[in-house]
Amino acid sequence: EDELEEESEESEVRPESLSPEELEMLKEAVYERKKLVQGLRGKPWPMKEKLVTLRESQEFVEKYEGALGKGKGRKIYAYKVMMSKKWMKFQRDFENFKTACIPWEMKIKEIESHFGSSVASYFIFLRWMYGINMILFCLTFGLVMVPEALMGRPYGTIPRKTVPRAEAASAMDFAVLWDFGGYAQYSVLFYGYYNNQRAIGWLKFRMPLSYFLVGVGTVAYSYMVVIRTMARNANESGVGDDNSFNFSWKMFTSWDYLIGNPETADNKFASITTSFKEAILEEQESCKDDNIHLTRFLRVLANFLVLCCLAGSGYLIYFVVRRSQKFALEGLETHTWWERNEVNMVMSLLGMFCPMLFDVISALENYHPRVALQWQLGRIFALFLGNLYTFIIALMDEINLKREEEKIIKFNITMWEASLYNATGSENSTALPVTFHPADVPRGPCWETMVGQEFVRLIISDTMTTYITLLIGDFLRAVLVRFLNYCWCWDLEAGFPSYSEFDVSGNVLGLIFNQGMIWMGAFYAPCLPALNVLRLHVSMYLQCWAVMCCNVPQERVFKASGSNNFYMAMLLVILFLSTLPAIYTIVTIPPSFDCGPFSGKKRMFDVIQETLESDFPAWFSKVFSYASNPGLVLPFILLMVLAIYYLQSTSKSYKEANVDLKKKLQTQNEENKRKNKLAALKAQTDLEEARAATQTAEQKNNNASLQHQHGETSSFRVKIKQRISFSPPAPRTLHPDTHRSLGYLPGGGFPQQREPRMHRVPSLQRH
Amino acid sequence: MGTTASQLGKDLLSEYQELTFLTKQEILLAHKRFTELLTKDEKDLPNTRVPAERILTLPELKSNPFRKRICHVFSTSEQKDGSLTFEDFLDLLSAFSDSATLEIKSHYAFRIFDFDDDGTLDCGDLEKLVNCLTGETDETRLTTEEMRQLINNILEESDIDKDGTVNLSEFQHVISRSPDFVSSFKIVL
Repeated sequence: EDELEEESEESEVRPESLSPEELEMLKEAVYERKKLVQGLRGKPWPMKEKLVTLRESQEFVEKYEGALGKGKGRKIYAYKVMMSKKWMKFQRDFENFKTACIPWEMKIKEIESHFGSSVASYFIFLRWMYGINMILFCLTFGLVMVPEALMGRPYGTIPRKTVPRAEAASAMDFAVLWDFGGYAQYSVLFYGYYNNQRAIGWLKFRMPLSYFLVGVGTVAYSYMVVIRTMARNANESGVGDDNSFNFSWKMFTSWDYLIGNPETADNKFASITTSFKEAILEEQESCKDDNIHLTRFLRVLANFLVLCCLAGSGYLIYFVVRRSQKFALEGLETHTWWERNEVNMVMSLLGMFCPMLFDVISALENYHPRVALQWQLGRIFALFLGNLYTFIIALMDEINLKREEEKIIKFNITMWEASLYNATGSENSTALPVTFHPADVPRGPCWETMVGQEFVRLIISDTMTTYITLLIGDFLRAVLVRFLNYCWCWDLEAGFPSYSEFDVSGNVLGLIFNQGMIWMGAFYAPCLPALNVLRLHVSMYLQCWAVMCCNVPQERVFKASGSNNFYMAMLLVILFLSTLPAIYTIVTIPPSFDCGPFSGKKRMFDVIQETLESDFPAWFSKVFSYASNPGLVLPFILLMVLAIYYLQSTSKSYKEANVDLKKKLQTQNEENKRKNKLAALKAQTDLEEARAATQTAEQKNNNASLQHQHGETSSFRVKIKQRISFSPPAPRTLHPDTHRSLGYLPGGGFPQQREPRMHRVPSLQRH
Repeated sequence: MGTTASQLGKDLLSEYQELTFLTKQEILLAHKRFTELLTKDEKDLPNTRVPAERILTLPELKSNPFRKRICHVFSTSEQKDGSLTFEDFLDLLSAFSDSATLEIKSHYAFRIFDFDDDGTLDCGDLEKLVNCLTGETDETRLTTEEMRQLINNILEESDIDKDGTVNLSEFQHVISRSPDFVSSFKIVL
């Protein structure tokens, strides 16, 4: 580089006069400069320096790039350069645009500055979920609901799309619509409306295939997004939960620089102090042996109580679902509102009160608060999961009932058709096509629509419960505390009940379970993602307002785990568990005979077989059947298991290599210290000898030229200095950018740790 | 070639975009907030230096226990008084921005924690660091015994070559494994 710059100063560079090697070198130099410019923002230099380097490099690049361009193929080269510049500018503008598009950024920033980053992480999670649901909504809306609405047969033309005669009177009532019966039931919102025609409209849109693939696609997309986010988090933040740097992390990373509010800052100081003191105590405490048997007994008792709770709530839900089936058989109009909505209300109430019960029981256990929080989260998780699965089991019973009913109805239909034919046949001897209104046809009990409806009702009641709890538990409480405080005996704000704190983990769990229910029900009710998008949108605004208005910053900031991956892992587990029932029903239960896009088939996935046979060339289906042969799939699974085992053992060996390297660093350092000590001792003895020598020399020749002796001693000193200036210890040379990192400012101005001065000889603790 | 306080030139803006991790809107917002700190006369001068007291009135820095160190580290003034020009301010925001790399954040964090500016974190630095984190009042401070124990624990964990201090590469090693550092070491206007 320097050579070329010199050349330019001497004369105008003529590219034609350069040999090919020099041309290559020039190109290299230009490329290096470009790389330097790209990496400038990551360098810890002050802005002035960076500007100077940038301008220099840009000048250099412009000068020589233009010159290079005059050589061979200059037009193409210049064009390429211009396009790459334009591309970079476009990328930068696009990044700016993308950042500006992110919704709710200011709201979240405000919350961050008041409450710190753990509360804000809930809202960031909510926004991320909103993004996922938006994509799911676009898929179901664009590929399932819209084609059927636009290109399928309109309302009222076939039996499955018409409200039956018996229900027609009440089909428009608000109560019925709110319950998702009536006109809401016989619309694109639910499974039962869809026709099983193989191709609809002028586009020959394959409706059943699209329905099936969208169902599979939503699950696949969700898996992909969750796993990609988990991988990204794991990459950025090292390897999960590492406990080896506990104190250092508390020291260096516990302050939240986003805090801008003095009150929050005070809280943060207090919580940091508490966490330091607790960590120090923990470290000092060896096993505290007092009453370990009592503690153990209490913990076993507490777990037993919790199990009883869980079993009780499971049974309650099962009981209530069976009761509601009885009510449905008797007809819904004869019962009160409570009895009609019993199932959903019970589930929501259990979700609200059981966690409080678990909190009380955990007082028996006497765990460290962080451990107690993890147990609490685990129990709430088990509660929600248990409730959900009990609900599904009860639903399966109902499905089986409906299928029994279906058989009876099929029989009835043949009787009814026969009666119709007989009726017309008796009037006219020729067989005329029988005309009948679709509303009059006896209808099968469409179990898929029933399942969809149950999920929609569950989600609506869950949402309502959350919002009402928010309004009563947070808002009303805050209002009471604020205004009753003037006329109450004790200080409501400081003591009981005081303002509520934002429960991050509870809210995140609620969000995760909500999403699980959406994944479960989306196959049977395509309207669910749309409903969820609406719900999340409203939640965002409502909760942002509630948090700023009614909550106070948390006193003790305990995160359930250090990393975001804890919640992602839970989401992944829920995703897996909620797609299991849907997959089970798709694979084992035959679809209803008269409703939905798969009616008439033996199994829902037969639509794939059908498509392969009719829409693809013959060889394709052969290949597919070979690929799905168990003989091929099993070895593949075995191979993957072996790969996982191999990767695990390699990572173990890397960890061990890490530990070895650390030990090596330590021993190397000790070696260096020892060598330093020896050399310094030697130097000291040499210096004393030199001093003694000069003194005797002075005494001997008083008039001898001092310069000469000074020269001797100074040459002595030089020799001694040479001995002391040894190479810097090993760790420093490992750093790639050594000449920049040892001094913070590139020109110096910071003490550089290269040569220890002589006066430092006695204290060899640091070099 | 300084910035007149009233308007940021287009070339300069694109150069700043190239050299920092900030987007165009963030740079313009920073310019606006910086000019609000200037007095009327200072607004006409190019490359004005704002004294540390005025920088510390910004709400984002006001409650930060390391605010004085932050101003000191990013300041390029010869008197080492913590005053910042607009370019220093941009450097500050860039290092604390969302898209800044771990290397640059850990580099500046090290410099902020190095209270005596000697290039390593020794016991004195660590003690001052703990006192900053535990607040101003006496009730929240740690006792001498607790402090000693804490510092010992920290050195045990982070000091790989056992020289009694934490140098830059050891610090970066510790920080790179932390899941919270990047998300908490952020300041956004």
